[in-house]
Amino acid sequence: MGRFVARRLLQMIPVFLGTTALIFFMVHLLPGDPLAALWGDKAPDPVQLAALKHQQGLDQPLLQQYLSYMGNLLTGDFGTSLDGRPVLDKITDALPVTVRLALFAFAIEIVVGIAIGLFSGLRRGKLFDKGTLVLTLLLIAIPVPVLGFVVQTVFGQNLKWVTPTVQDSNDITQLVLPAVVLGSLSLAYVARLTRTSIAENIKADYVRTAVAKGLPRRKVIGTHLLRNSMIPVVTYLGTDLGNLMAGAIVTEGIFNVQGVGHALYQAINMKEGATVSGFVAFLVLVYLAAGLIVDLLYAVLDPRIRYA
Amino acid sequence: MRGGSQAKWVVAAVAVALAATACSSSSDSSSGGSSDGAVNAQGVFSYQSAEPQRPLQPANAMENQGGRIVKQLFTGLVDYDPATGALRNQVADKIETTDSKTYTVTLKSGWTFHDGTPVTASSFVKSWNWSANPANNQINSDWFSDIVGYDAVHPDKDKGAPTAKEMSGLKVIDDTHFTIELSDTVSYFTYKLGYSAFFPLPEGFFSDPEGYGQKPVGNGPYKFVSWEHNKAITLAAYDKYTGTNKAKNGGIVFRAYTSPEAAYKDLMSDTLDVLDQVDSTDLPKYKDDLGKRAVDQAQGAIQNISFALYNAEWTDPAKAKVRQGLSMAIDRDTITKTVLNNSRQPADSFVAPGVMGYKAGTCGDACKYNPEKAKQLITEGGGVPGGKIGIIYNSDGGHKEWVDAVCNSIRQATGVECLGDPKPDFKTSRDIITKKAVPSMMRTGWVQDYPLNANFLRDVYGTGAAANDAGYSSAEFDKLSHEADAATSVEKTADLYQQAEAVLAKDMPAIPLWYYKTNSGYSKKVQNVKFNSFGDPVYTDVEVKK
Repeated sequence: MGRFVARRLLQMIPVFLGTTALIFFMVHLLPGDPLAALWGDKAPDPVQLAALKHQQGLDQPLLQQYLSYMGNLLTGDFGTSLDGRPVLDKITDALPVTVRLALFAFAIEIVVGIAIGLFSGLRRGKLFDKGTLVLTLLLIAIPVPVLGFVVQTVFGQNLKWVTPTVQDSNDITQLVLPAVVLGSLSLAYVARLTRTSIAENIKADYVRTAVAKGLPRRKVIGTHLLRNSMIPVVTYLGTDLGNLMAGAIVTEGIFNVQGVGHALYQAINMKEGATVSGFVAFLVLVYLAAGLIVDLLYAVLDPRIRYA
Repeated sequence: MRGGSQAKWVVAAVAVALAATACSSSSDSSSGGSSDGAVNAQGVFSYQSAEPQRPLQPANAMENQGGRIVKQLFTGLVDYDPATGALRNQVADKIETTDSKTYTVTLKSGWTFHDGTPVTASSFVKSWNWSANPANNQINSDWFSDIVGYDAVHPDKDKGAPTAKEMSGLKVIDDTHFTIELSDTVSYFTYKLGYSAFFPLPEGFFSDPEGYGQKPVGNGPYKFVSWEHNKAITLAAYDKYTGTNKAKNGGIVFRAYTSPEAAYKDLMSDTLDVLDQVDSTDLPKYKDDLGKRAVDQAQGAIQNISFALYNAEWTDPAKAKVRQGLSMAIDRDTITKTVLNNSRQPADSFVAPGVMGYKAGTCGDACKYNPEKAKQLITEGGGVPGGKIGIIYNSDGGHKEWVDAVCNSIRQATGVECLGDPKPDFKTSRDIITKKAVPSMMRTGWVQDYPLNANFLRDVYGTGAAANDAGYSSAEFDKLSHEADAATSVEKTADLYQQAEAVLAKDMPAIPLWYYKTNSGYSKKVQNVKFNSFGDPVYTDVEVKK
């Protein structure tokens, strides 16, 4: 087990290097000159533009730029963005906000999604089950921006329970609305996956055996049925955590959450290779870590799966 | 049980992930009270903003977000009356000249920076010398090019390294007097002095420009309090301010928004006090939503579509008729009313209204919709080169709708094939325009630097001007604008520039489409919110209700 984890952690290093290099060069291929765009509708003063390029190190060959970026990275220096702020500052500002938002949404979709899925899976074909199918279909069909605006208008503007947008991204209580909107789509998927899995497994031999040997219903469902039905759900959840982090940009825009999505969008817009690479590197780490946790969870859920 | 021991690993991994996110920062939130209509002079209000792109230094404030904050932190020699756009003295007691070439500035005494040090003649001279130096990376460093000795501080690209750090045309006489010598006559130089690049800087700035860029110390109506990145920039009223525009409120919070729609929602629930600009989605209904609190006002900015005159097929003088014809084929009234939801005002000249020297109708018949005449002129001029035009624009600025509408109008009126040519973002389209690689037409715009018609004419249509995207060059226009610059008074300059503008109407290097408007609004917590022609609220006059 320990060796498996160590090997997976070591594998992260080449993946990390590869993605940062790829992103760095791809950002360079984006069209336009962000420094010249600082002059707006005027042609830039060539003397000043050259001086700025030199200050940012953009007058050097691309490979040289990449090497010095990676060299600085080893010393923990993520570079400086165009507005003069260290990139690391930007990351440490935005990342905790997005992680909190994503985990909040994640918690909602796990707790509510699995509960609904379990309940309707056990009562397949009943009213609750049909209701769940309709409701989740609705959630899947409604685009996130629409849901966001509706929730914002009803709870923020009309009922005035909360402010329509997030006033302080670091205050987790203000993240309730965006987290619900962000988690709603995945919640529907989790509920449906759980329901199908439960409905299928409830007919399995081991469940009949468990019932036949007289185990209490709570134990049959909790220990045997639910645990065995979780594998497809966990697989989905693992990839979803990464999506929640990187894909929160729409929700962040609607609710004015100053997180990774927005920071990344701005950095791409400004063609800031160092900033984009820095953010993406962190997101890659999140994906890799989530993948590792999912793999380890398989072994917990199904004792037949072992890692050496 | 095997599963139990494996679960420990998962728990450990999750715990690490959670610990990594546990770093949190708490901060206070302030909320203004509201009740009876009385004014709270200490009240603070919030304004929709976004993170500035550059440090908050006077000559670095080119873009809106940082620019409007710098303008509150600093006060220059002169500024513009928010209602009329007229020039008024602030730190300057008087600025005298006899030949429009040498200016003698006398300062008022008693002005102080927020750190307590006095504002003197050398605060200005040192600031300008520092900003003009290319090594200091100020975007607006070329604003000082009129001054004698600029070439030595900021030499052209092929002329080698700078040979001086100070412009010889600036001379400090004593604490309250200094002289400015220009290399050529510029009658309206005083108008330029209101621009933010000409603000003074305190002595402490020069030892730590970067630190002062993050925590600026100015001499304006507001002093800097804090800059919480991506969240808010907070300013407080400066109680020792001696200028005419002392703040009637306690301070401003420039709050960062990720989208204009989010800011609008906050305004509707009185969480945000003053809006920058209503987003296009809410534009059709914002007047119903806000009633008397809606703002709809002219702005000193114009939207054009310009011709790539540097391309051989447009150089024939007869093509001026074709350009006029195309202009007549655009139904400005209908497009501004429908597609643009009345957020623009149809243009009838090359200069925006509210600017000194604006004269209604200088564009003449060419800016009036007339399909028959349009067709006739295009035929007379030998038709559009290649039989079709494409308009290059950036698709990240909300231009698609009106570009398509303009093309439709041209197509229906004249049968000329017209297509929008979107580029993914502003910097990409600017790249093509700056490299003079536009095939036929491009979207261009101009926002005033100072409210004088010279700014809309010489800086956009003068031969070799920085914003002359069309590559327009007319000996007649250059001669008239040179005469205007040499005039003895600003009034005469404005008059002479109107003659130069008539040349533009004839040559039509660009088609004026419409003027921008400020479409904004404010919350129930504030009153007396007025906007100036720059599109900024008059922050100092905003009153916060008790």
